[in-house]
Amino acid sequence: MIHYILLSIAGIFSGVLGGMGMGGGTLLIPLLTLFFGFNQRLAQGINLISFSVMAIFVLIIHIKNKLVDVKVAIGFFLLALVTTILGAVLANIIKAHYLRILYGSLLIIIAIFEAVMEIKRVFGKTKTWTNVHMDNN
Amino acid sequence: MRKSKTKQNTIKRIASALAVGFINGFFGGGGGLVCVPTLERVYKLKTKKAHATAIAIMLPLSFISSIVYIFNNNINIYVLMAITAGVLIGGFIGAIFLKKLKGSIIRWIFISILFIAGIRMVIIWFITYY
Repeated sequence: MIHYILLSIAGIFSGVLGGMGMGGGTLLIPLLTLFFGFNQRLAQGINLISFSVMAIFVLIIHIKNKLVDVKVAIGFFLLALVTTILGAVLANIIKAHYLRILYGSLLIIIAIFEAVMEIKRVFGKTKTWTNVHMDNN
Repeated sequence: MRKSKTKQNTIKRIASALAVGFINGFFGGGGGLVCVPTLERVYKLKTKKAHATAIAIMLPLSFISSIVYIFNNNINIYVLMAITAGVLIGGFIGAIFLKKLKGSIIRWIFISILFIAGIRMVIIWFITYY
């Protein structure tokens, strides 16, 4: 019983990030694999399913709060759909190992870039965050 | 001059969307983290909109990936339900946060997440290699 409660708690924390559009999997997968001892594949699958369920409800809230750009979402999704299929096919051919370091490095580079931009904005070096439009929203 | 800039931007938009999709398909989920900065900088969305729109994009993508996953694997339904219940609750809390928190705070939280996720990936890569 306590096992399930702990799993739910792990889910809650991950869900908070997921609901904010920050990738709940980033927290859920390490929790499931390292803390609960699930294997990577299983953790990924659980993450996909639970996120899909959550996203349906949370999306409704975000749309109500006028936080979703539907036009962009549709266009972006259609393009991404094409390569999702391509990626899934290639995943069975190429080892994840090689792309992993690229992806990991990319995330770090983006993090540093965004941090620098935000610091610049705070210190007034750039007037606005993107230098294009004012934003604290 | 202006014409070439919007053409350049359109190419960037298409390329980044294709990249996000590929990451999602290849890693069986993922790509959402790259999606947000792309939406902010290439699609010019404001921070909160970028995060919310990213969910809108990743939902159907994850859904598709999860169907493929279910066909190839078995999951304990009780474990799945326990976790999903938690994720749902957390999601609602997260939705409130996204609405209430300031853009700059959201950005810093996200930067930390990006950083942690990236380091984690590199560590996994390193461990599996050596």
